[in-house]
Amino acid sequence: MTTKSLALPLAASLATALTLAGGHAHAQSATMEKCFGISLAGANDCAAGPGTTCSGTSTVDYQGNAWTLVAAGTCTEIELPAMADGTARMGSLEELDRDLPPA
Amino acid sequence: MLHDPSHAKTEAAFNAALWGPAPPAGLTAPDANEIAQRFKVYRNNVQHSLTRALAARFPVIEALVGPAFFTAMARVYIAQSPPQDPVMLRWGASFAGFLDGFPPVAHLPFLGDVARLEYVRGRACHAADADPVAPEVLAVADLESLRLTLHPSALLFTSPLPAVQIWQSHQTGAARAPLLPGPDYALIARQPDFTVIVERIEPDTFAVLSSLCDGETLGFAAGKADPTPALTLLLRHGLIIDTDTGAPR
Amino acid sequence: MSQLPHTSGLGFKPEHFHDIMVQPGAVGFFEVHAENYMGDGGAAHAMLTALRADHALSLHGVGLSIGGAQGLNPAHLDRLRKLIDRYQPESFSEHLAWSSHGTAWLNDLLPLPYTQETLTTICTHIDQVQDRLGCRMLLENPATYVTFENSTWTETDFLTEITRRTGCGLLLDINNVFVSATNHRFDARAYLAAFPLAAVGEIHLAGHDAEDLPSGPLLIDSHGAPVADPVWALYAAVLEQTGPLPTLIEWDTDVPDFATLLSEAARAKTVLARAKGGQSRAA
Repeated sequence: MTTKSLALPLAASLATALTLAGGHAHAQSATMEKCFGISLAGANDCAAGPGTTCSGTSTVDYQGNAWTLVAAGTCTEIELPAMADGTARMGSLEELDRDLPPA
Repeated sequence: MLHDPSHAKTEAAFNAALWGPAPPAGLTAPDANEIAQRFKVYRNNVQHSLTRALAARFPVIEALVGPAFFTAMARVYIAQSPPQDPVMLRWGASFAGFLDGFPPVAHLPFLGDVARLEYVRGRACHAADADPVAPEVLAVADLESLRLTLHPSALLFTSPLPAVQIWQSHQTGAARAPLLPGPDYALIARQPDFTVIVERIEPDTFAVLSSLCDGETLGFAAGKADPTPALTLLLRHGLIIDTDTGAPR
Repeated sequence: MSQLPHTSGLGFKPEHFHDIMVQPGAVGFFEVHAENYMGDGGAAHAMLTALRADHALSLHGVGLSIGGAQGLNPAHLDRLRKLIDRYQPESFSEHLAWSSHGTAWLNDLLPLPYTQETLTTICTHIDQVQDRLGCRMLLENPATYVTFENSTWTETDFLTEITRRTGCGLLLDINNVFVSATNHRFDARAYLAAFPLAAVGEIHLAGHDAEDLPSGPLLIDSHGAPVADPVWALYAAVLEQTGPLPTLIEWDTDVPDFATLLSEAARAKTVLARAKGGQSRAA
């Protein structure tokens, strides 16, 4: 009984999913160029991460110390929302506050 | 004073000096006063190439903390966790844990999870290839006992923080909407055209996909929640690579 | 292994994939770093497969640490073997350098003293590589910034002896010769006169950066600029003796558009053509 009652919704679910998914996933060769067209435009797509090097560099990295520098990228624009219960912010922030020595 | 250390000793001293302030003993140059400046080229090559490799794997982390801070922080991470083999595309698995425990970024508790997401994205990028099944394969009588094999790149991600939204807000063309409270859930996978998707999903969809990833039947997964959104995602992105009706073949 | 064509080639950069696919035949061969194709699948392998279908391929390793004191990493040798079996490259090359220490991978080509001990170690390593990969490899001369007081061999004698003992070939990087000659204040032409040119299976050309030391210039092998004129001159001088050889333009940082790389490859082609003309006149 249970099996039968479930069979119809699953079939309906699959039919809906097939419709929503639209045309099926395309052949690889046709779309490889699309991928690299996008990556040329600078969007975050096919970036494969780090590669190897067999050359040197004359770029001298900033010799700063992370303990004295301040993280100053887009993180300054990020406002974490309050948690759903409205009481506490992020757990790890709370823990950190507790770890601070008394003033 | 010519010394002739064994090669292992020469290499060890050279390596130690890459991480310290002074060049190793036993080097020569046309002007001996310039040995330190010459040696610095190697020290800088190692630091710079590894820092840029880390930034290539974690571009959103670099954007979040800024390039100067990232470079300084990378120096600490590289000294603690240098790559363990020459296949750089695998390096960085421990970076998220490093960020979780790095005091200068303790006020940015989301960094670790954003880094986890970026690392998972890299795994999806280089996961094994597999062709998606034709959708007709799913037209079986007993859908309930059907098990799906998902593409090796299909990986589920969850964070108690809005890490997926933070990552998305750093993508080209993304609107900067106010962040919704976490937890965040995402399906990360590589499509047949090799683009890697990071799709933020509802907790219900995550529950269904988790069951399917665990090899449970469609019927079992549907017991968690409505499977329609999960199936839509899997079909749209070509992520079902095999099916098993449970019947003997 | 068959041979690389005796023409000019380019290092493959994924951002040029589209340009390459729409201009088949524009480049004589491509070279890739083996380690960038050691993932399981995805775009990297798809591109290399497509590239390989239409072009000769040189597989250039940066990860074996052949000049290291420790033994070769057997897992890495296995990965290389798998790549060679899959893509059947016309050439496999590696470096006279070390880049791992203990379990750490340093991602740079580091220098070594040229002694009896390092000679023996390197020859053992090259024997192992050629056995495991089932092919003759080419070993590349390094660009260096320091030398070692315990070296007892010149670099050219050291390389000559390696080829004699192992049967390996050499990859002559002429920019590396010019960089090292400038940095260590020796004559690049004298170095090339002592170089075992008969063993050379491929030539590398690349651009370099320059810094100033109180005593004179220090060149950095940056692969981020056009090939310098003195390097082109040395290249022509080498080809006069050897005839045409497979010649790769390396440009790995601040990678320019594909047209710029093609014009560097075209310049190499004109030098190759002149060398061929010179040879046939001599013959």
